[in-house]
Amino acid sequence: MDLNILWFILITVLFVGFFFLEGFDFGVGILLPFLGKNDTERRVIINTIGPHWDGNEVWLITAGGAMFAAFPNWYATLFSGFFLALFLVLVAVIIRGVAFEFRSSDNSIRWRATWDGMIFTGSFLSSLLWGVAVANLIKGVPINAKMQYVGTFFDLLSPYAIVGGLTTLFVFTFHGALFLSLKTVGHMAERSSKAARSIGFIAIPVVLLMAGLTYLQTDLFNNLGAGITLIASGVALILANVLIRLRKAGWAFVVNGLTILLFTVSMFWGLFPRVMVSSLNMKWSLTIYNASSSPYTLKIMTIIALTMVPIVLLYQGWTYWVFRKRVTEKDLHY
Amino acid sequence: MTELILSRLQFAVITSYHFLFVPLTLGLGVLVAMMETWYVRTGNETYKKMTKFWGKLFLINFAMGVVTGLVQEFQFGMNWSEYSRFVGDIFGAPLAVEALVAFFLESTFLGVWVFGWDRLPKKVHALSIWLVAIASNLSALWILIANSFMQEPVGYILRNGRAEMTDFLALITNPHIFYQFPHVVLSGFVTAAFFVMGISAYHLSKKNHLDVFRRSFHMAVVFGLISAFGVAGVGHLQGMHLVEAQPMKMAAAEAHWETENPAGLLLFASIDEQGQKNNSELKIPGLLSFLSYNRFTGEVKGIHELQTAAVEQYGPGNYVPPVTSLFWSFRIMLTAGMVLVLIPLVGLYFYKSNCLEQKKWFLRLALWMIPIPYIANTSGWYMAEVGRQPWIVYGLQTVEAGVSTSVSALSMLIAFAGFALLYAVLAVAEVYLLLKFIKRGPEEASTEETLKREIKGASLWT
Repeated sequence: MDLNILWFILITVLFVGFFFLEGFDFGVGILLPFLGKNDTERRVIINTIGPHWDGNEVWLITAGGAMFAAFPNWYATLFSGFFLALFLVLVAVIIRGVAFEFRSSDNSIRWRATWDGMIFTGSFLSSLLWGVAVANLIKGVPINAKMQYVGTFFDLLSPYAIVGGLTTLFVFTFHGALFLSLKTVGHMAERSSKAARSIGFIAIPVVLLMAGLTYLQTDLFNNLGAGITLIASGVALILANVLIRLRKAGWAFVVNGLTILLFTVSMFWGLFPRVMVSSLNMKWSLTIYNASSSPYTLKIMTIIALTMVPIVLLYQGWTYWVFRKRVTEKDLHY
Repeated sequence: MTELILSRLQFAVITSYHFLFVPLTLGLGVLVAMMETWYVRTGNETYKKMTKFWGKLFLINFAMGVVTGLVQEFQFGMNWSEYSRFVGDIFGAPLAVEALVAFFLESTFLGVWVFGWDRLPKKVHALSIWLVAIASNLSALWILIANSFMQEPVGYILRNGRAEMTDFLALITNPHIFYQFPHVVLSGFVTAAFFVMGISAYHLSKKNHLDVFRRSFHMAVVFGLISAFGVAGVGHLQGMHLVEAQPMKMAAAEAHWETENPAGLLLFASIDEQGQKNNSELKIPGLLSFLSYNRFTGEVKGIHELQTAAVEQYGPGNYVPPVTSLFWSFRIMLTAGMVLVLIPLVGLYFYKSNCLEQKKWFLRLALWMIPIPYIANTSGWYMAEVGRQPWIVYGLQTVEAGVSTSVSALSMLIAFAGFALLYAVLAVAEVYLLLKFIKRGPEEASTEETLKREIKGASLWT
């Protein structure tokens, strides 16, 4: 296997990790105002992701760094082309990040309400925008022969892209609700589980619509594997809904994690070997070859990544084990 | 043209703002880790109080460093996409390694540290803050490896219209990094030392928690003194290196127009940038030669000769960076540097002679000195970055050629204004919180409890 393919897979893995992990903490952030009826409850909610959200976010940073190192033209075209969308993503991530730390540092009601609002807004925007971005990658955007994006911000908001955004929004929120029902006790767990049941139910038609539009508007299904994976992702979502109704929150969380994994894999697989599709001329698409770094850089980066990724997985996994207990009102830090 | 100006403005503002938080993180992490280690080894509760108090301030500052750092990573692609295409093969690598090696470690173990107080054995808990401190300094190392390539390109070849990496080892052993890394990291240590020293002095003058703040002051003063001497020493070596590697940067920072041997150092100059000369100046003979070569003779090339040489090498153009602002930022950094050595020296003397708390004036002064390292850090970076103008990568690509071509000026304006506004709001919140926790002081374990009761029943949207 050549290293260009390996790096495409590695970046897919990083996005799977990011969507899986940050997916539930985005979801938890979105649910914060709806499931937390008073300050203590909201603190319980935030503390379920307290030890993890920062580490989860690094998956995005690493994905960004990996794109830069392995496919500099992809990084350059994507980030300059999706300029305003990424500006919004960054604002969302910033307000959310400081909000976790800042909210607990003052006890005024208005102060806390402000930062809670930031956590919600940041999580909501991020969840929505990542779906929009992924949908645009797969559908294609106006890219000229010089690898430059020639559209505007509003070209990114096609109906397909918006359905893509709603897909990640609902699937992540569902993921967050399942996580909360695993990590809380008593009536909080009950309420989260109830929320999971209704959000999961709405997510089904959204994902089906996304799959349908993908069939009609993109060439993803030309790749049989990607098509099957996308359908499997929808099946996993339905299964997760069944499981939470059977009160198996743990399994529902795992299976919905599979929904996210399969959805992400399907999108990247459908893209392969392109990394950005040009809607103007197929030949102008960026691929893992014309967008990549030199073989030497890819080799060096491969050695580093294959050494470091397992270590990172090991210690991040360890933190989930250390903080495996459900969060109650007794152990609040934020 | 407007895109270029907006992108440069944004980069300057965003990066300087980010770098207000980084140095404190670098140093305070180490200090907090030392405090906790002392606590684990002695079981002395004072050290635990210290760890918690300074740790809280560390966290508030850290959060801002992280989120502003995020913009850093993405703005290369957003505003400087042509730069990213040109050097991505090289520049992307250390950024990716930073995330993989340092940033994961840092943020994961910070979570463990914050939430692990009652859940982990003491030693493992102390180890986690050490990992955070080491990782943030490692992070600085990889970022500076990337920056060093921009200052002094090594281990590359020009191929396929871009710079491609040919030697990773050369990249990470760039001579520039051996000066820049210790200079930056030790400056971070000094920043943290002044922060801890100043706040401790404030509480000592109010006679609050004398046990906590005497120890904190002592620790900071020793840490700061060693680091400040280190910064000055490395700074001198770095200057000598730059005379060889980036002669134009040094000549501009000295407003040194004509080649001289021996060359004198200007203490003061009224610079006429248009006329490319100094109108009046105060010069110490031979000192610039000494700073460049460690001896009082030796030719130091002037701006005029360097400009002529650059035109010969790269073609017509203006290769002189803004002289006046570089000259003064260099002098601000040097003057601040002297203060940074002096204050801990006096502080240590008073502390050792047991009269620190009687010296009210010094305690007040120490508090007011907290901004000095920040001024030194910012002017140091100003010199490093503006000094390489007009290059974005020294000798390889100009700043003008690096800017994104597919982004409209309006988009850039929206983003720049948006970030600036957001950062301004966050700055107010940050200062408010820091002041609040600084004034409150350590302990107050019971506040958490009362806080929980007070807030119950509050509605989110009110």
